[in-house]
Amino acid sequence: MQCQICGKAPATVHYTEIVNDKMTELHVCEKCAEEKGLHGVLGQSKVSISGPLVWMMDSMSSTEEDKVGNVQCQTCGMKYSTFKETARVGCASCYEAFRTQLRPVLRRVHGSTRHSGKSPTKDGAKYARRREIQKLQEELDRAIQQEEFELAAELRDKIRKLEAAMTGKKRRGTSKAE
Amino acid sequence: MTSLVEMAKQPGSWLNGSGPHSDAVLSTRVRLARNLQNFPFPTRAKAEQLAQVLPSVVAAAKKSPAFSEMMVLRSAEMTPQDKQFLVERHLISHDFAENSKVGALVVGTDESVSIMVNEEDHLRLQVLCSGLQLSKAVKLADKIDDELDASLEYAFSEELGYLTSCPTNVGTGLRASVLMHFPSLVLTKQIGKVLQGITQVGLAVRGFYGEGTEIIGNFFQVSNQTTLGLSENEAVMSLERVAQQIMEYEAKAMEALLRDAKVQIEDKVWRAFGALKYCKILPSRELVSLVSLVRFGVSLGLNGLCDIGTLNELLVLSQPAHMQKRADKELAAAERNVLRAELVHERLWRR
Repeated sequence: MQCQICGKAPATVHYTEIVNDKMTELHVCEKCAEEKGLHGVLGQSKVSISGPLVWMMDSMSSTEEDKVGNVQCQTCGMKYSTFKETARVGCASCYEAFRTQLRPVLRRVHGSTRHSGKSPTKDGAKYARRREIQKLQEELDRAIQQEEFELAAELRDKIRKLEAAMTGKKRRGTSKAE
Repeated sequence: MTSLVEMAKQPGSWLNGSGPHSDAVLSTRVRLARNLQNFPFPTRAKAEQLAQVLPSVVAAAKKSPAFSEMMVLRSAEMTPQDKQFLVERHLISHDFAENSKVGALVVGTDESVSIMVNEEDHLRLQVLCSGLQLSKAVKLADKIDDELDASLEYAFSEELGYLTSCPTNVGTGLRASVLMHFPSLVLTKQIGKVLQGITQVGLAVRGFYGEGTEIIGNFFQVSNQTTLGLSENEAVMSLERVAQQIMEYEAKAMEALLRDAKVQIEDKVWRAFGALKYCKILPSRELVSLVSLVRFGVSLGLNGLCDIGTLNELLVLSQPAHMQKRADKELAAAERNVLRAELVHERLWRR
């Protein structure tokens, strides 16, 4: 087998990568392996052979994007078609501009469309409380569906308390500003 | 702080082999992708916008104890060899080395913490630890992230989390990986099954291995893929569980090998050690496979070999740009092979 980079020397280094169940192989000669940084452990492949990206792009072509047309981000001016080519958005607002197209992509890549990790410290408490309310609301819906009214009442009280705390904080905040 | 030539004399402290399970896990890496709210992302921003990112990152980093000692290297001032050197040291990516014009690298105390500025995201915060230390690495990354966040406005949405240039990183922006060595699984040909299993739980594996039964650098990098819908801890814990499980499989495979082919295995290890100690010409790839065999011997508990720290050191220092940095000149591959053998000789005989 010949080296897949220079095409001259015999391939003696065999690189295998498995991402999201997709296996890609690369066969290169020793010289290219060393020069391209495919040196054993310590080089990440310079030759981009796969990764979640390729996989992501695959799923993008099958989304609803054709129906939506070629939308453009109002903030940075990036067109959806450019995003499709590069797999990189241009700015934070692109996530809003390409929302419809991105949702199925995110779902496929991550299996979710909702963040559940940390938040910036400045807003951390606010986000955490809002997430807590959301969680309780879901539990409340479930409780009502299963006719567990005692639990439902308890959950409703908890939600009210949290909501009151949030608006209370806000009011105090504004009066201070005034 | 030190210069690159000084750095080239030894690997970063995260490779000193002191961490837990150091024989099976070389290192743990956690990186967080972050962007500033008020600028387009690096692939889209104008040069003058990107030029404003570095000063604000440096100012923010100054307030973090992890960056009390700091080295700032601008990509515009790096030679191609410098870039290759930093890639070999795991401090910048290939992409950064090739494409960055207004990027920079901010390295903190002993290289275990660093920030790559203006790669595809404004910030890529990286924490490296010796051995298997995922929770320590993620805690430290989280702490530094909070310290930076005190002076920076991150692009964040409540729904999608930290917004990144590539949607595969959106959410936590966290990628954690462990660099593992599992020779017994390769030798007993169970590796394929294990790799398939790993990818089924949403993790990715990258690495080298040779064809056939020969042990050729049995190093693999296992990392998480999902950044949305999982918390930082959940992502890291699932990686930790898998790493522990692989180590158990590896231990079982090792037991079987010792039962069936103890002498043959030991023969391979000692021959490799002998080759490393006495050879005069040593190509890079051969070094990796020999080092892998000796590491295997250390895992087996054989006495009289060298320690894990030395083996890690050889892997790092023998890379092309490291060899040239130390020699302070360009070297052809053939010259490097001779110098590489000398380097190994010096390290293995100095005890």
